[in-house]
Amino acid sequence: MSYIKALKCRECGREYPKEALHVCEYCFGPLEVAYKYDEIKKSLTKEAITRRPANMWRYRELLPIEGDPTVGAQVGFTPLIRARNLADSLGVKELYIKNDAVNYPTLSFKDRVVSVAISRAREMGFKVVACASTGNLANSVAANAAACGMESYVFIPFDLEQTKILGTLVYGSKVVSIQGTYDEVNRLSSEIAGKYGWAFVNINIRPYYAEGSKSFGFEIAEQLRWKLPRHIVVPMAGGSLITKIWKAFKEFEMLGFVEGIEKTRVYGAQAAGCAPIVTAVKTGSELIKPVRPNTIAKSLAIGNPADGYYSAKVIRESNGWAEDSTDEEIIDAMKLLAETEGVFAETAGGVTLAVTKKLIAQGRIPVDESIVISITGNGLKTQEALQGRLVLPPVINASLKEFDGLVKSLEKKYAARG
Amino acid sequence: MAVKVRIPTPLRKLTGGKEEVYVQGGSVTAVLDDLERNYPGIKERICEGDGKLRRFVNLYVNDEDIRFKENMNTQIKDSDELSIVPAIAGGFF
Ligand SMILES: Cc1ncc(COP(=O)(O)O)c(C=O)c1O
Ligand SMILES: [Zn+2]
Repeated sequence: MSYIKALKCRECGREYPKEALHVCEYCFGPLEVAYKYDEIKKSLTKEAITRRPANMWRYRELLPIEGDPTVGAQVGFTPLIRARNLADSLGVKELYIKNDAVNYPTLSFKDRVVSVAISRAREMGFKVVACASTGNLANSVAANAAACGMESYVFIPFDLEQTKILGTLVYGSKVVSIQGTYDEVNRLSSEIAGKYGWAFVNINIRPYYAEGSKSFGFEIAEQLRWKLPRHIVVPMAGGSLITKIWKAFKEFEMLGFVEGIEKTRVYGAQAAGCAPIVTAVKTGSELIKPVRPNTIAKSLAIGNPADGYYSAKVIRESNGWAEDSTDEEIIDAMKLLAETEGVFAETAGGVTLAVTKKLIAQGRIPVDESIVISITGNGLKTQEALQGRLVLPPVINASLKEFDGLVKSLEKKYAARG
Repeated sequence: MAVKVRIPTPLRKLTGGKEEVYVQGGSVTAVLDDLERNYPGIKERICEGDGKLRRFVNLYVNDEDIRFKENMNTQIKDSDELSIVPAIAGGFF
């Protein structure tokens, strides 16, 4: 049973059939999936959701595929952890980490969007999937395509982290590395999508793909026992995730699963070296001025964000705010998160935590209300960023005496059975 | 002499398939009005009812985005080039 009604232009409202379309022919606005909410309202309950398996498809009525998912049936329902140590360190009362660093199968939230996109692409008869990516999407498209026996093409900027490149090649995906920024890769990909007729998950399949991010928001609300957080901080690249988390909260409220959305504030995080959306929010501008990215947070290095306008709008509408963080702050935050909570997030997580710290220090996020930090990718994939930033281990011979000397030099005192 | 206007693929139905056309005008608004006189129906695809540029259409005068100049009042002189570029997924057609 499908609850997709149509595709609808976000700007002029014209409706289109539920095909592989992404742009309004008339006004060039982006298309979005519209659902038969009346029917969903009649058939979906919190209780029904609670009884389903612990993965993102427990919200399937609100995800845009017609049949069962044909890839990624196990994605999602990652931990929401109560971060008491980090809360102490930040001086706040109620802090949570939504940890998509352990999402299945490629350790980032992108597995959510990709399982929707590829399942939908197969329903529409595509044989080849592709994407333009800053790294995590590349990993996910390659892995999920392999899992369902599809051919995949992945287009990346040439200067990505080695781990993200190897972690794409290993699945047998055809990777094309492009001398240029992500924005240039994306532009070329749009041309290729038109010419070759492939399913580019974040281009011609984008309306379906983007909806997958809602599951990140649904899970948070359910895991908070059907409550919305008062504050949520989200990393932004193209700006899709943040808009879809907000949409998820709104849908849950509309279905009567949660209440009090007017109290929820959404905050956006970017790296200082690529902060076009933050700039727009801070200057109160409707325009997103494209930038040429320069940051260690390569996964967020999109200088001309497709959903920049809508992200800024969500932030404004929810009375949130946006901030950015320097490379130095990003590294410090990655270490802080690892040391306090045992969570190794990628650079994007460093951006998000660093921004959260700033917003708390500025008094924009109060210390006594619930806060969720969105961790969307895994630190094992961006280890290069830590090169030279951690003190390397001392090397000693396999000698107890040398170890005793080491302990002494650290001025530690251990009892015999310490 | 006239201003050269570059037409994106989706709007070429309105220009009889032409990729480039030449029209008159000293500002972006004037150029678009003359474009409309020559190719009726094209302006509403580029502008909202109140004349404001549509959010997902970019206009460049000699490769400079008019939103970062004087918007619709941006001056244009003969031999300048105006490009109409739909913004798609952060990229372009
Ligand atoms: C780890 C990580 N977090 C966040 C994002 C931002 O997602 P969006 O492009 O939807 O803003 C990305 C996007 O590439 C990412 O890789
Ligand atoms: Zn439209």
